[in-house]
Amino acid sequence: MHYLVGDLGHLFVITSFITSSVAAFSYFKATTTQDLDRKKQWLFNGRMGFLLHVASVLGIGVTLFTIILNHYFEYHYAYNYSDRKLPVYYLISTFWNGQEGSFLLWILWQAILGTIVIFTNKFWEAPVMTTFSAVQAFLASMILGVVIPGLNIKIGSSPFILLRDAMPGAPIFLAQPEFIPKDGNGLNPLLQNYWMVIHPPTLFLGFATTIVPFSYCIAGLWLKKYRDWVRPALPWALFSGAVLGLGILMGGYWAYETLSFGGYWNWDPVENAVYVPWLIEIAAIHTMITYRNSETALKASIILVITVFILILYQTFLTRSGILGDASVHSFTDLGLSGQLLIYLLFFMIISIALAIWRWKEIPSTEKEASVYSREFWIFVGALTLCLMGFQVLIPTSIPVWNKILSLINVSANLAPPADQIKFYSKFQLWFAVAVGVLSGIGQFFWWKKIDPTTLRKELLPPALISLVVFAIIITLGQVYSIKYIILTLAGVFTLTTNAKILFSILRTSPGLSGGAVAHIGVGMMLIGIMFSSGYSKVVSLNNTGLQISKEFSKEFNRDNLFLMINEPRSMWGYEIEYFGERLEPRNHGGYIRKSDVTITGDKDKVVAKVDFKIGGQAYKANDTIDIRGENTFYEIQLRRGKNSYTLFPRAQINPEMGGLLVSPDIYRTVSADLYTHVSSVMKPEEEAEWSEIQEMKVGKGQQFFANDYVAVLESVDRIFAVEGIELTAEDVAVKARIRVQGEHGDYFAEPIFLIKNKLIGRIPDDIQDLGVRLVLMNIHPETNDFTIGMKQRQKDWVVIKALEKPYINALWLGTLVLMAGFGIAITRRTREFQKMKEKGLE
Amino acid sequence: MPSFDTSIGVSGAFIMKKSHILVLVVIAAAIAIIVSTAGDASTYVDFDQALTLSTSGNSNEIHVVGQLKKDAQGNIIGIHEGDDRVSFSFIMVDDKGKEQTVLYDQPMPADFTRSEKVVVIGSYDHDSFKASKILLKCPSKYQDEKKINV
Repeated sequence: MHYLVGDLGHLFVITSFITSSVAAFSYFKATTTQDLDRKKQWLFNGRMGFLLHVASVLGIGVTLFTIILNHYFEYHYAYNYSDRKLPVYYLISTFWNGQEGSFLLWILWQAILGTIVIFTNKFWEAPVMTTFSAVQAFLASMILGVVIPGLNIKIGSSPFILLRDAMPGAPIFLAQPEFIPKDGNGLNPLLQNYWMVIHPPTLFLGFATTIVPFSYCIAGLWLKKYRDWVRPALPWALFSGAVLGLGILMGGYWAYETLSFGGYWNWDPVENAVYVPWLIEIAAIHTMITYRNSETALKASIILVITVFILILYQTFLTRSGILGDASVHSFTDLGLSGQLLIYLLFFMIISIALAIWRWKEIPSTEKEASVYSREFWIFVGALTLCLMGFQVLIPTSIPVWNKILSLINVSANLAPPADQIKFYSKFQLWFAVAVGVLSGIGQFFWWKKIDPTTLRKELLPPALISLVVFAIIITLGQVYSIKYIILTLAGVFTLTTNAKILFSILRTSPGLSGGAVAHIGVGMMLIGIMFSSGYSKVVSLNNTGLQISKEFSKEFNRDNLFLMINEPRSMWGYEIEYFGERLEPRNHGGYIRKSDVTITGDKDKVVAKVDFKIGGQAYKANDTIDIRGENTFYEIQLRRGKNSYTLFPRAQINPEMGGLLVSPDIYRTVSADLYTHVSSVMKPEEEAEWSEIQEMKVGKGQQFFANDYVAVLESVDRIFAVEGIELTAEDVAVKARIRVQGEHGDYFAEPIFLIKNKLIGRIPDDIQDLGVRLVLMNIHPETNDFTIGMKQRQKDWVVIKALEKPYINALWLGTLVLMAGFGIAITRRTREFQKMKEKGLE
Repeated sequence: MPSFDTSIGVSGAFIMKKSHILVLVVIAAAIAIIVSTAGDASTYVDFDQALTLSTSGNSNEIHVVGQLKKDAQGNIIGIHEGDDRVSFSFIMVDDKGKEQTVLYDQPMPADFTRSEKVVVIGSYDHDSFKASKILLKCPSKYQDEKKINV
């Protein structure tokens, strides 16, 4: 038992909570104290407190990693989320697999961000860090795991609890308190994906960054410096918008690659809970930029920046309190933190709203209303659209909360979220997206050109005409005939062309200012990509044989799925398609192992090579043991057209513990469309297939014979001295035959065994799965040097696949990258602006 | 500097009107959103209510909350895997105690048999309930782990 590391971790957790509370208090005093010497002292205390907090947070991280990397399975966290077979990068992702660790990740990012603020912005340090430290204290309390004596209230859930404390009733611990499991539960196979290594840190960095603009805004209200907080907050808001957006899209990309629902966005409450604050953040960025340019929209900026942070707290509450339990597929289970999370949410909500109301009258605002021909007007309308867009998602996502609130006032409500979420949300979001597309085109135009009624037509006509031409081409080539998609395409094309025109003129004069144009071009591309890939996704694996796959399957299943027999080509999507058999995944390097080249062992993660082969740069000899990922089976499917061929490896995880079959697609990417293919039915490995009657034949060494219509040769028969699972004594005899069978694409080997143990005959048959052949060494005839080979056959291997065409999905991914590039340019510009003013002594 | 175009000489009254229109549009949109949400929201019902809804011609999908059927020893009974491996059926007991066979056209979700509560979203097709989606509520991870890899 390694008690020390856990105790140390727990000590760090408590220290981090205390130091952040001390920092919050000291920074508060440093802000409110008038006396300059005292102020300095409080500031020093606050800074020391926060830096000590950062040190203890790093300490928590290091101790938790120590526990995970060293496989200390006496700890609940290591036992529950990792095992010895996981490679290091998945051990790293174990860190944020549990709820405690993901809180820790959030704390860690905020500790880093806080340190950056301390060292880059002296003027705002005290008020900004007050909020920062208070948030850190709340977050640290979530992983505290301390029971208040007397009251019997548990605060937080610690990542350092021992397995035996996590499971007090488990019989093994009653008998053996010092018991340590040999291996852990492991990581859910669906999460063993590289995106799961980088997506959560990105998303949590996105969450963490929202605190910076919020803290500046609160500091501005607090110090009555209503105008000054925007400049330092703006680069952070841009950074936050970029990282949060990237995190969300990474999650979508993971879902597209790994889950088999056929898309990247499912409108699940957990996804929505992050999408809404992101939209509001984008709205906030727009009003802040407007304010920086024209001193309008300050009040709107304050409201939006506060709303973003509250929404982030709200999404934390939604996903972690268990309230979504009946509504979402993948929210966290309740750790008993719901009360604490609610206090966290309400604390900052009440304080920030109260502060804003208190100061409201003093916040400067322009008396003049913006004209319809001003950029302020259009950007404000755009921001409003984004807010409504978020509001439309927020209301239905919060249905479980409405039910709860109604039940508190004794009204029993049984509202459930819309049954078909994708249809429901798309219906609304589509039109908001159209508005966003149009407004981001018009808004950008008003932003860069001085436009009045007379120049309006002259300025907007050329881009409008270009839009129409590009639009007509896209509609015709893409065969878009649905009116709503036509309008969405037009909106996307419009923002693309107008922004492209602006980009060209800015690039000539001041490329540093091109961030907005670039970002909006990205948005236009994303809109077009989403329209095509979701609106025109179609099933291409149509069953064109005229035969049902099985009477047991539904009509739709028989129509939309393709039944592939091994080595029998079919046609699909203009390609010749052929199934080559099951493949296994080596654990320690790339490539795929032909399942028929290896023998399965008792350990699901180990196989033994039957022949020499080389995969992924690694050579194996016959009888070598290979480590594989036992839970994964891949199905090699080749697509051919003319001279080109492409191989797909869709995956199935056959995992009875997880409840059957989990399938992941493989995607064939072409410029114009993705072919998204997953298996939809596979042979049952555990079920005995129907074998034919045994056929026997007498053959000599090197003699050819036929097995299930394939040419086979008995290559050798040798005595062996070890048989897996059977103990051989000196009197026992075992021989192994080696039979080569020539398949359509290369040779297969079968190695049946004949043995005499305790004077009784035993036969261990060997199957060539792909070809549906079972070979048995029936008898040995030493007098003629012949052997009797028994042969059974069954239906050949098969797989049923479903394939979808996702047209122009690359426009979405490319658009995402362009959007991020735009954010990058804008962040650089606004940071320089801040730096310049800082050098002038204005922070 | 704000780039207001004062040359067109809009009157104060007009400006007020314009911002009022904007406010009204936003309020109208917000109300429309709330109303449509209420209209499109599904409901949590029991099997009897669901059957009544379906026989009265309402084919909207609804949510039913319940548990898997268990025998006296607490073992789950009544799960049948479809021949295609990607569909299955099970017996669910709703909060009123009514048993109903539920058909699902997809593989069994992860952790299905460990769930303490099941939510099925779907509708009646004659006398069988066809689920289009299944949500699970799994026990808090601290409770249901009596089994340890030794």
